Amino acid sequence: MKSQDVPQDNISTYASHKKAIYATDDDGRYDIVASTGWSVEEEATKQALLELERQTQDALLRAIDGEVSALYYHMYSKRMDLQVLAESTGFFKWTIRRDFEPKRFQNIKKSRLAQYADALGLSSSELMKLPKDRSE
Amino acid sequence: MSRVEFIHNHHAHCESGVVSSMMRHSGLELSEAMVFGLSGAMSFAYLPFLKLGGMPLVAYRSMPKSIIKGLSKNIGIKMSMQTFKDPASGEQMLDKLLDEGRVVGAQSSVFWLPYFPEQMRFHFNAHNLIIYAQERDEYLISDPVFEHSVRCEKSALTKARFVKGVMAPKGLLYYPLIVPTEIDYDKSLRKALKKTAKMMLKTPVPIAGIRGIRYLAKHIKKLQKKDKRYAKLFLGHIVRMQEEIGTGGAGFRYIYASFLQESSALMDGGDFLADASKQMSSVGDEYRQFALLIAKAIRSKKSENIDFDVIGDKLLEIADQESLVYKMILDNL
Repeated sequence: MKSQDVPQDNISTYASHKKAIYATDDDGRYDIVASTGWSVEEEATKQALLELERQTQDALLRAIDGEVSALYYHMYSKRMDLQVLAESTGFFKWTIRRDFEPKRFQNIKKSRLAQYADALGLSSSELMKLPKDRSE
Repeated sequence: MSRVEFIHNHHAHCESGVVSSMMRHSGLELSEAMVFGLSGAMSFAYLPFLKLGGMPLVAYRSMPKSIIKGLSKNIGIKMSMQTFKDPASGEQMLDKLLDEGRVVGAQSSVFWLPYFPEQMRFHFNAHNLIIYAQERDEYLISDPVFEHSVRCEKSALTKARFVKGVMAPKGLLYYPLIVPTEIDYDKSLRKALKKTAKMMLKTPVPIAGIRGIRYLAKHIKKLQKKDKRYAKLFLGHIVRMQEEIGTGGAGFRYIYASFLQESSALMDGGDFLADASKQMSSVGDEYRQFALLIAKAIRSKKSENIDFDVIGDKLLEIADQESLVYKMILDNL
């Protein structure tokens, strides 16, 4: 790719940052060009971000309806899924699934709650609650 | 509190960027592309059974840490690499090394680094960065994929260094103990070029190298029968692995072309590498065309209009074209 062909599409997913792309100058010599992004990459990143957002919103609605516990929502809001949460806490998946039950989660052991909180970067009390504002 | 003079450089990729900056700091000029090429880390792997965030692993390079290890082995660097059982001792050791005036490499999660913008924060645990100083409760960090050096609260970096899970960093810290003053380029380049070409062409498993690329192409064609939302996410995932994850464009193929170009002047009878570089550049261009096809497919409202065969065939063409570059290199070595 030639330097002048390096996309400078100012993409939203770079949040005003630039990435280094390898491209050739007029003499065909390779060097690094700072790029404000390529719309194709933006499309792919946005798709992944929207999917995470969709899962989070869906989890929030289900938690509000009392179908699942707040843990289920917070897992998605931290861009995790059952697999990543299991790895981050060291808990078996089936034991985490039990904690998705609202009643069970209300009576969770403090030490176990603290481990979830640590993995999710929240305080134990934050983890028990749902956000008041849906846009959070 | 000591403070070393450290020059931050903007690189395409985290691990090769860290090693390049670290070597320069130790008095050995080695470009990022040279680090990447000499380590023999250029690769391809498609592991449908290993899911990350619900998506199978698609990698355009070899395993994390293979750049550090591959380069060290090839040119004779001795690197201290240490992991830790608990965050407290890991933080203590980092602070101690910085007090000694060392520039230290670390592995970390991306998600828990506050200086990353929201849009780039995913659960990827094999990010690399350099810590070159500390000031009160902050570290001064040279993150190669950022244009400028950054600051990060100590507690935040420690959390990012000690996340658990796939490719967990376990607080990994590394710094060079012995750095060679010069490199026998002829020998080291031949070794690295052979390693990469052989890996890509002659791997015994169908999930790696050129065979891995063809395997992925076949799976793309089969997406026709899969759930449409999953199919689109899967295609987008391939583009992200190729373009988003600090690859310098086209899944490291441009960096490798840059390496081949630089090598042509350093190796005896290395003229053919200039041609190989041009060919690899065209391979990179085709990967970008492939990404463009996918972007159009993702954008289309009517999923039934996506022609998975066209996308899969494009990748098969690339596999053929790329294999010719490695064959040419092997024939001329």
